[in-house]
Amino acid sequence: MIKAILIFNNHGKPRLSKFYQPYSEDTQQQIIRETFHLVSKRDENVCNFLEGGLLIGGSDNKLIYRHYATLYFVFCVDSSESELGILDLIQVFVETLDKCFENVCELDLIFHVDKVHNILAEMVMGGMVLETNMNEIVTQIDAQNKLEKSEAGLAGAPARAVSAVKSMNLPEIPRNINIGDISIKVPNLPSFK
Amino acid sequence: MALKMVKGSIDRMFDKNLQDLVRGIRNHKEDEAKYISQCIDEIKQELKQDNIAVKANAVCKLTYLQMLGYDISWAAFNIIEVMSASKFTFKRIGYLAASQCFHEGTDVIMLTTNQIRKDLSSPSQYDTGVALTGLSCFVTPDLARDLANDIMTLMSHTKPYIRKKAVLIMYKVFLKYPESLRPAFPRLKEKLEDPDPGVQSAAVNVICELARRNPKNYLSLAPLFFKLMTSSTNNWVLIKIIKLFGALTPLEPRLGKKLIEPLTNLIHSTSAMSLLYECVNTVIAVLISLSSGMPNHSASIQLCVQKLRILIEDSDQNLKYLGLLAMSKILRTHPRSVQAHKDLVLQCLDDKDESIRLRALDLLRGMVSKKNLVEIVKKLMSHVDKAEGTTYRDELLTKIIDICSQCNYQHITNFQWYISVLVELTRLEGTRHGHLIAAQMLDVAIRVKAIRKFAVSQMSALLDSAHLVASSTQRNGICEVLYAAAWICGEFSEHLQEPRQTLEAMLRPKVTTLPGHIQAVYVQNVVKLYASILQQKEQAAEPEAAQDVTQLMVDRLPQFVQSADLEVQERASCILQLVKHIQKLQAKDVPVAEEVSALFAGELNPVAPKAQKKVPVPEGLDLDAWINEPPSDSESEDEKPKGIFHDEEQRHAKQRLPEADEEELARRREARKQEQANNPFYIKSSPSPQKRYQDMPGVEHIPVVQIDLSVPLKVPGMPMSDQYVKLEEERRHRQRLEKGRKKKKTKEKGKPRRHGSLHTESDEDITPAQQVDIVTEEMPENALPSDEDDKDPNDPYRALDIDLDRPLADSEKLPVQKHRNVDTSKCADKEDVPVVEKKVKKPKKKEKQHREKEREKTAKGKEKEGEDLDFWLSTTPLPAAAPALVRAWGAASNAIIAAPKEEGEGPRRGEQGDKEDSTQDPEKKSSKHKKKKHKKEKEEKSKDKKKSKKKLPSDEAAEPVENGALDEEPLPPMSSYCLLAENSYIRMTYDIQGSLQKDSQVTVSVVLENQSRSFLKNMELNVLDSLNTKLARPEGSSVHDGVPVPFQLPPGISSEAQFVFTIQSIVMAQKLKGTLSFIAKNDEGSTHEKLDFKLHFSCTSYLVTTPCYSDAFAKLLESGDLSMSSIKVDGISMSFQNLLAKICFHHHFSVVERVDSCASMYSRSIQGHHVCLLMKKGEKSVSVDGKCSDSTLLSNLLEELKATLAKC
Repeated sequence: MIKAILIFNNHGKPRLSKFYQPYSEDTQQQIIRETFHLVSKRDENVCNFLEGGLLIGGSDNKLIYRHYATLYFVFCVDSSESELGILDLIQVFVETLDKCFENVCELDLIFHVDKVHNILAEMVMGGMVLETNMNEIVTQIDAQNKLEKSEAGLAGAPARAVSAVKSMNLPEIPRNINIGDISIKVPNLPSFK
Repeated sequence: MALKMVKGSIDRMFDKNLQDLVRGIRNHKEDEAKYISQCIDEIKQELKQDNIAVKANAVCKLTYLQMLGYDISWAAFNIIEVMSASKFTFKRIGYLAASQCFHEGTDVIMLTTNQIRKDLSSPSQYDTGVALTGLSCFVTPDLARDLANDIMTLMSHTKPYIRKKAVLIMYKVFLKYPESLRPAFPRLKEKLEDPDPGVQSAAVNVICELARRNPKNYLSLAPLFFKLMTSSTNNWVLIKIIKLFGALTPLEPRLGKKLIEPLTNLIHSTSAMSLLYECVNTVIAVLISLSSGMPNHSASIQLCVQKLRILIEDSDQNLKYLGLLAMSKILRTHPRSVQAHKDLVLQCLDDKDESIRLRALDLLRGMVSKKNLVEIVKKLMSHVDKAEGTTYRDELLTKIIDICSQCNYQHITNFQWYISVLVELTRLEGTRHGHLIAAQMLDVAIRVKAIRKFAVSQMSALLDSAHLVASSTQRNGICEVLYAAAWICGEFSEHLQEPRQTLEAMLRPKVTTLPGHIQAVYVQNVVKLYASILQQKEQAAEPEAAQDVTQLMVDRLPQFVQSADLEVQERASCILQLVKHIQKLQAKDVPVAEEVSALFAGELNPVAPKAQKKVPVPEGLDLDAWINEPPSDSESEDEKPKGIFHDEEQRHAKQRLPEADEEELARRREARKQEQANNPFYIKSSPSPQKRYQDMPGVEHIPVVQIDLSVPLKVPGMPMSDQYVKLEEERRHRQRLEKGRKKKKTKEKGKPRRHGSLHTESDEDITPAQQVDIVTEEMPENALPSDEDDKDPNDPYRALDIDLDRPLADSEKLPVQKHRNVDTSKCADKEDVPVVEKKVKKPKKKEKQHREKEREKTAKGKEKEGEDLDFWLSTTPLPAAAPALVRAWGAASNAIIAAPKEEGEGPRRGEQGDKEDSTQDPEKKSSKHKKKKHKKEKEEKSKDKKKSKKKLPSDEAAEPVENGALDEEPLPPMSSYCLLAENSYIRMTYDIQGSLQKDSQVTVSVVLENQSRSFLKNMELNVLDSLNTKLARPEGSSVHDGVPVPFQLPPGISSEAQFVFTIQSIVMAQKLKGTLSFIAKNDEGSTHEKLDFKLHFSCTSYLVTTPCYSDAFAKLLESGDLSMSSIKVDGISMSFQNLLAKICFHHHFSVVERVDSCASMYSRSIQGHHVCLLMKKGEKSVSVDGKCSDSTLLSNLLEELKATLAKC
């Protein structure tokens, strides 16, 4: 079982938090802080597994994380998950984000956290891995987006126009924080699908 | 209407959407909280509007704020509103918000039930999908109960997208509503073979999660998973299955045997590291489960260790980490194979990655031996000095202690060295594990008597040094050590060289800065020290010095009296008064030392930590019963007349008085003393305090050898453990030289011999520096062997421990919620109601019957399944894939034919060998059986008459034959006992009897015959239970415990013990492996021996001889419920009558009718199967037709008959 999925940036700002066990908001923030504290002080070239997040579950649990450019993707899992498998899942997740947002960067996650949630929901459900095939995930996401667009129809047009105008007025949004090494494959896992 | 819509969306333009909110928060970095509270106010306004789009937008923003840590539960109702929107866009927003913030405590959650049900049955797959996803996060027991049936139907939805989600969510439903597991399980099982790989993967996922918690209920799925494993190419699925097998193998070792080969193949073939790693892990699990039974898997272990070494040497830190992790699992059972890679592990200790260093430390624990302990600890100590982070340093510290103290200090040869290590560790600053070091110091000083003198000298040095007291600020810090130091110096003060100096050190003003509990120990032990100084000085006749010490106490104790800690204050003031009193006595020149030291006379023995818990509750004591009747509420005490109490008291007093004469009192005192002597918790007092230092009464029997220390005791200042390394080397060198000169005398004093061949020879050669007696911890005499203290009663997975093979009962059907038809019919017409009810009832009855039949069918099906598993497992390892099954069968049958030829041939491939073993076995056994029979026959003949009671059924078997006036010729002597196992000590023969009263139990009577000249005692019989057959053990013992044989055997004597086995399915013969362990004692000493055996439960042993009348027999045959089968055996020379007798006797049949050379026979199994036989004798052949209510049972029985007949 996956107990929680967290995304935060290099400064510990949460970009997505998904808990598959109920925690109060305060505890959730505490867990994010603690996890950030544990993960951020590790060097780049050490292993991606961490034992002993104290708040989330007991000794059975592990933190498995990856660091992409400015973001940390952290999965907290118990012993029924394969460590290397989860590492791969994170890779699939990031690649899917990359496809859905077309060259994903931290800002995409900041402004469209709801979309990230929707993508995640197609991969992991209630703490269990639902789908690992990227093409399948992207197909489902596209179909849902299409459905959304068709529903918006005429009524949605003015709102879209307004938001387009709003965005135009804000030239300060940089779109250059690309996740540099996004295309790097998981080492040593060539045949994993 | 349209206008309103447009207006709504124009309104919306000026609301903030999520992006605006995020942007706003980013632009208000300084006053974020204020800005957000503004936004929340806006959101509250928006939520009040009617427009669902506005609401959805507001909820979407709330979801974002929730991530930032804001409580949004106040909007729960609005979230439900958005969830029930008709548009997918809004619905999705609503469900997302719900999944983020709803939990079991959310009260409005019950309002969602119908909405969710509607969405689940929505025609749009995405509506359904979004509802399932949301539900998976916030499902409650109520929701699970109400929706279980809807979700179950979705499991067979046409779209795989829905199917896989429905399958996955079932796990959550099971967790919340365990009753749903059994009805839903068959469908879940179906999904394992779903055409869509996603659904299949989901089903595997769910079952693996379930099986991980309660593996035994899922053993019957093993063949299915095995098939999946050999056919699937999806690595995710494979990993899950392989992990699942890892959980199943400990329960069924046969499964492990079967798995080894396909797993090894996967290890060799796969290129995916994750899969390789999981395979290795499961092979390890298999090897662990097999380690007791099968010794010859060194090849597999080697393969695993080899692959792991490759992982560890890889440059990828992740693989290195996992390699070490798996290595530590092997270490537990096969330490030898891991120890070879010590170099690698030590290398990993220097890794820059902390996780890897920690893993390596873990491994190190199992690698130490007497030989290398000092070296390894030295290396660790150097790491302690280098370590930068406190967490890692603390970890090192605990590991050092752990490594040294494991298995009762098994690896420590020189406790002086260990104490020095501990003392050195106290110089660590900022550690949180001061109490750990303290506990070790106490433990060693108490349990290793020989080291006390040295320990005391070290501890007094610690008390003297200032640095520890200075570090007293931190809780649990290193100052905890002073607790131990003070106690040891006080308790063993007789060993102190300079007691006065230590006393002064303990009374320094700085001590008051220590934590309260340490000060308290200081105060208490100061008195012990004081007492021993007084003793010394008085013996030396130095009254001035004694008074001097008293004065010191009187001067310094007041600083403790002022302490803020209550405990310290109380103790200090008591003691101060005591000392002042002593001072007065001393002034009068009264000798006080004896009386003062009497305060602390007696010795403290270590008591096992669980001792208290393990004291058995004496029979007849009910701990929950009221001692006095509980006061009833209605009765107020004031009403009671006082006279009653008065009266009673008087009566008691009168009764007691005459009893209490002197003699009685003395007797009671004696009894109490006796009791106290046997009571481990009673601290015994020495008979007279003076004797204390010369000889202690309770310790005489423990041989304390005066230590001849090769190291000077006085180590000035801080000791360096390194010097012990050198000394130790020198010592060993000296020993080796000595040994070269003269033969080593074997000397074992007080030290228990350690069983097990784990130590290398060179390891045993290292004799400890001191003769050490580790005083074992005391336990109550008949302590209960229960180790199930750790089970958590609140484990949510416990509820899912459900037997899935039992057929479904009516009451277990999932509740199907219907629209309120019932209500409407009631309201519509009251007169109609009874009629409707009647109508309803009738079909129900029919339904019930129908269902019952179905149930029977499924029951049979299940039974079959159980057999299937056994069968599947017993066909010995399969080569790789399922198609190979046929091949394997072919090979097996070939082996039977080839078996006689191959006897004496060289060893063949392991797998094949296995196969032959199992096929040959019955043959071997039967031939042995035959030989033994001749021997036994004679004695049995005489025994038979006496044993009528024990062998009632078999005697009965002979009776009908005799009654039928068939004794034309004398019957040959027969015995149903056959050989079980035999060695030079003991010979075991056994017989199995069933009884009709208990349909799933058989009794195995084992005759044990002592063939040696030793006295055999402590016999214990244990078998490896199979799924189907289990040994009935006394209540409270675990599956691994043996059953004690209730007698001992002097040389040449035999006796019979009976063991009960419970059996589920009786249609197949089974074999159980077992061991008899015993202690053989003769003049030369006693040895621990064991004898392995295989118990063979033939189908015959489940039959019970039951007489049957011919008309009942005929009816039975006519009923047509029985299946039929027949055999024919040629080349029989025995007379028909003998033949009949033999079959009746050995196979538990009774003759119904006999006409010439034709007889009908009947028997019944313990589970009520009827077995009818018709036996005809031809010229040299016998044909047997059988009818039985179970065809498998029949064919197995006939096989056994055939074997018997073939020998005639």
